[in-house]
Amino acid sequence: MTAPVQTTATPPQGRRRRRRYSQLSRGDKITLWLMAGIPTLIHVVFVWVPAFMTIALSFTKWDGLKLGTWKPVGFANYWAVFTVFDGKFFPALFNNIILLVFLSLCSIIGVLFAYLLDKNIRGSAIYQSIFYMPVVLSLAIVGFIWKSVMYSPRQGLFNVVLGRTGQGNQIDWVGNSEKIFTFNIPGLDTSLGLTKNFAAILVAMAWRHIGYVMVLYLAGLKSVDPAMREAAAIDGCNEWQAFRRVIFPVMKPINVVVFVITVIEALRAFDIIFALKSPPGTKVLGVLVRDNLVGEGGGQVGLGSAYGVVLLLLCLGFIIWYLINNYRETET
Amino acid sequence: MSEGYEQSPSPSDVGFQLVTRRGLIVGAAAVAGVGLLAACGDDKDSGSTTPGTDGGTETTAAGGTDTTAAPSGDAVTVGVNEAEGTKPYDGAKAGLDATGVPYKGNFVDHNSFQDNITSYLQQPDDLFTWFAGYRMRFFAEKGLAGDISGVWENLPDFTEGFKTASTGNDGKQYLVPTSYYPWAVHYRKSLFEEKGYTVPTNKDELLALATKMQADGLVPFAYANDGKWPVQGTFDILNMRLNGYQFHVDLLAGKEDWTGEKVKAVFALWTTLLPFHQENPNGRTWQEAATALESKEAGMYYLGTFVSSNSTDQAYLDDLDFFNFPELDPAIGATALDAPIDGFMMAGEPKNAEGAMAMLTAIGSLEFIDAVNAVNPSAVPANSKFDASKFTAIQAKSAELVGSAEFIAQFLDRDTSPDFVSNVIADAFANFHADPTSIDSILSDIETQKSQYL
Repeated sequence: MTAPVQTTATPPQGRRRRRRYSQLSRGDKITLWLMAGIPTLIHVVFVWVPAFMTIALSFTKWDGLKLGTWKPVGFANYWAVFTVFDGKFFPALFNNIILLVFLSLCSIIGVLFAYLLDKNIRGSAIYQSIFYMPVVLSLAIVGFIWKSVMYSPRQGLFNVVLGRTGQGNQIDWVGNSEKIFTFNIPGLDTSLGLTKNFAAILVAMAWRHIGYVMVLYLAGLKSVDPAMREAAAIDGCNEWQAFRRVIFPVMKPINVVVFVITVIEALRAFDIIFALKSPPGTKVLGVLVRDNLVGEGGGQVGLGSAYGVVLLLLCLGFIIWYLINNYRETET
Repeated sequence: MSEGYEQSPSPSDVGFQLVTRRGLIVGAAAVAGVGLLAACGDDKDSGSTTPGTDGGTETTAAGGTDTTAAPSGDAVTVGVNEAEGTKPYDGAKAGLDATGVPYKGNFVDHNSFQDNITSYLQQPDDLFTWFAGYRMRFFAEKGLAGDISGVWENLPDFTEGFKTASTGNDGKQYLVPTSYYPWAVHYRKSLFEEKGYTVPTNKDELLALATKMQADGLVPFAYANDGKWPVQGTFDILNMRLNGYQFHVDLLAGKEDWTGEKVKAVFALWTTLLPFHQENPNGRTWQEAATALESKEAGMYYLGTFVSSNSTDQAYLDDLDFFNFPELDPAIGATALDAPIDGFMMAGEPKNAEGAMAMLTAIGSLEFIDAVNAVNPSAVPANSKFDASKFTAIQAKSAELVGSAEFIAQFLDRDTSPDFVSNVIADAFANFHADPTSIDSILSDIETQKSQYL
């Protein structure tokens, strides 16, 4: 390592020698400070400051009109979230949980597709393009496409194909909030369940999510050393054993990425439901935050912030769990 | 707008056409052209008056090309909730130009304007477009809107009804109205003639007509609730027909009990009327419902007069007519209706109060509304001196309908706190349509959640 930077560095002088010896020149240090400092500053200003302000505001009542007119109310907003608005909060939370389970299934399907496409089957480039196409669209656009092209009661593809476009026998895909299954939790007066229209939205999300995971995983599979497959084959592994015992463990970094993406997508879900104007029974936590904070109805800054903090805690819980797990494994 | 909940349409938008493919291309070309011309302009202050209309009074801050400091201290700044390139924008601009007062316009897309009103009012223009109702009174109470009682002394052209609608809780005026549109039952004249239907005037006739239509294979009422505002109109009219105008006001001000007998009666009637409506309204847009009326699948449609903007077929538009929602209780009558009013308000602390007041007086004059209506004849001018011979057919009927009404409500989402509507009422009504039998628990939810907003 004889980079010119090191050769031009001035030898440390007496006074400086007491300090720790550094191989870095002044210019290097400035560069480092700038490179670390600017992103840190941006991060603090745009992520941490708003986050702490949100937490602070969640303990106040404020209509968002004039600065300084907020009134501290203690935990009243949280009390409202869990008692007054329990009929909104818990179904939304449950929808997020359903989303997490469902997207996990989609991720598994995406991995399966990737594995199949990796087999160099004929026309694999075409399949890849087809599955990947939805990924370039934002979820909001996906929502618009499905709502107008697929789910419209009068002109939608599904109703046309099923012959259900007539008056009276139309299927209302996006509007029907009947529950497919319900269950009651003791102490909670709203019954939880999966509504039909949320299920319809899930299908639209799957359309995109499967392709996303597929491409990620396919990229990973391409980098697996073919010699390992050969070795597995020579050792007499069948297809499943080769995947389970050889490929999957080697793919660990990609697996983690897929897992993290799935969880994040499930918790932050917002755009598609918002784009569909959040029909009854489809609200998720992100939509509740938005409803109380933004728009002409956004006069409940305290309440909206309280929803936001609850969502933050859920995410934090997951992140902390993930970090602990990850460090523990790297230590051993 | 749109958040989960969309706001009901504004009178100034009433005449809008749906964007056609051709319109899109033309619009795109127009936008591209504007982009080139106004390359150095800034979005917020894009242009003000067109030179020429009445020469000497123009400011120098014309057209996005001038970015140097115009003497904006003299010009009145005006925030308008219409984006460039729309017909309402052209109308508003023509009207403001006709006032002869130097001004600097700040034209913002309608929904963005309404969505961002809270932050906008931190640093508002001297004048801004807004509408009558709860929010006007709310902003007035918070000191965010300026008292313009002085202006009203010079506005002889408005009826008492409009003055009341422009008055805040303290008895002072805060709005100069410009235009409005009514909600009514729309129908096709040819269909009524063909089947021998007559316009119903009371509950029995309404039910008889609806039953007859059903027997004829029609859906009596087209119905939609996508965006969650359309059925609020139905609630409003049923409530005002059963319980009267004052109850509507008190209920929405939070003074009445949502779990009380009066509200329950509204929902009981609504439940019995639902079989006469298109089913599953939650997933249907009002445009789709309007198509059902146009194609004669549905016999009637209770909506604002903007229902006509869904079609360009002149034969259909000539065939389209409307009548006042019939009386349901003879003791109450059919004297109240929803007719949202748009207008201009002044900021709480305008930079140029004198100019702003002068401009408001001019906005209340006939010249202003004449100029607007010449370009955009959609909603009905609020000015009573407006020459009725210039009305379009729909405007004339609307003016007649509203003129005969004793009480004019603004619309549910304008007559109460918008938080309450978008976070509570909108969802509650959607849930009611998903499962009408659960109305008791829905109403008790409204009642408990109300305390958080009102």
